[in-house]
Amino acid sequence: MSRPKIPRKSTNVDMTAMCDVAFLLLSFFILTTKPKPSEAVHIDPPNSVSAKQAPEKDLVMISLNKDGKVYISTGDGADDKIQKQEIIKSVNAAKGLGLTDQEIALLTKAPFIGSPLAQLKVQAKMDPSQMSSETLQGIPCQDTAHNEMVDWIRGVKDAYAGQRTPNILLKGDNFAKFPVFKNIVGALKKNDLLKFQMVTNPEAAPTGSLLYKAIQSGKLNAAE
Amino acid sequence: MAEMDTSSGGGHKKGPGVKKGKKMSTRVDLTPMVDLGFLLITFFIFTTTMSKPTALKLNLPADTKNPEEQNKLNDRSALTVMLGKDHNVFYYEGQLADGATNFKSSNFKDIRDEIMQKKAATDSSFMVIIKPNDESTYEDFVKIMDEMKISQVERYALVDITPLENNLIRLTEGEPALPMPAAPAAAGKK
Repeated sequence: MSRPKIPRKSTNVDMTAMCDVAFLLLSFFILTTKPKPSEAVHIDPPNSVSAKQAPEKDLVMISLNKDGKVYISTGDGADDKIQKQEIIKSVNAAKGLGLTDQEIALLTKAPFIGSPLAQLKVQAKMDPSQMSSETLQGIPCQDTAHNEMVDWIRGVKDAYAGQRTPNILLKGDNFAKFPVFKNIVGALKKNDLLKFQMVTNPEAAPTGSLLYKAIQSGKLNAAE
Repeated sequence: MAEMDTSSGGGHKKGPGVKKGKKMSTRVDLTPMVDLGFLLITFFIFTTTMSKPTALKLNLPADTKNPEEQNKLNDRSALTVMLGKDHNVFYYEGQLADGATNFKSSNFKDIRDEIMQKKAATDSSFMVIIKPNDESTYEDFVKIMDEMKISQVERYALVDITPLENNLIRLTEGEPALPMPAAPAAAGKK
């Protein structure tokens, strides 16, 4: 008796389908990735349970790095750039800095402003790629007597006067000291801008806390 | 020339002199391509920042020149939380007692229970007063604001620390006390 012949099957698997899936996922990730904006000033913001997304329009960003240096910048939109120019013009006029139109245009192109008022001309001459927390000394805000943030916030207020309200965002580093923050808040209060937001990284509400229970019972929307 | 047709039967006949071409498979081995695809996917997954930044809202009250306009604080319903260096937290209930007997030190882990207990024990006039000292960091400040949100405290205030409280914190942290000003400066209420 002869054994029945078992047909030898190939072990090759058709890879086409897997390849399709791989490239589909690949294109998805490529298209959804936004290039991270280049960060000349590195800031590590703290966490919070707040689930509200940070606004992206009409924003004025005050950055506070871990050495207590303060920088001011606006959004990347065309509208925001115009406002930035207005802010610089307003500060220039109010403080009699004598910046030329060309210097104002150069400062508008800069990613952020981070020089004492007296040295804005120096910053205008710098190449934007050279501007970082090492090369710029920040806006002086260390003591209440010599707080140049007051002038900048006044400029922001002038630029937005009668139109929209600026979204003031404060992005502070974990290790920034509290007194500098207090002086920034003082500058905002002096100009009657009493609403601002602090940039944070999202975090879940801790289990068992009152907020957690409120979200669980549906009484509170997490995005509030 | 006499050549034998070796092709198996059934297929179409080829003319004499035509060499039989071997039928090549059109399949390509896709394994390396799949490898490459998944490699790139991993790269993009790791470089994508998934979480967008969020914002914590803070509304400040306007400074009032007139002290009568400021709401008087009910002594018993207040909890004062002070922030020191190295993420130290200190608190006392109501008014600071003579000799600072009710001045207690804590940390960010325990302060939540403390706030919740006090909140449960007090009526709706419960209020938290936050006093960060000059050594505290921005992170601590955001953390304590976050605690207010977590424990759903509706009324809280940011107040400048008094020299007495600051010295109590400094002594607890093992640092020399700062000289006290001659006249005790009233805490500037924000």
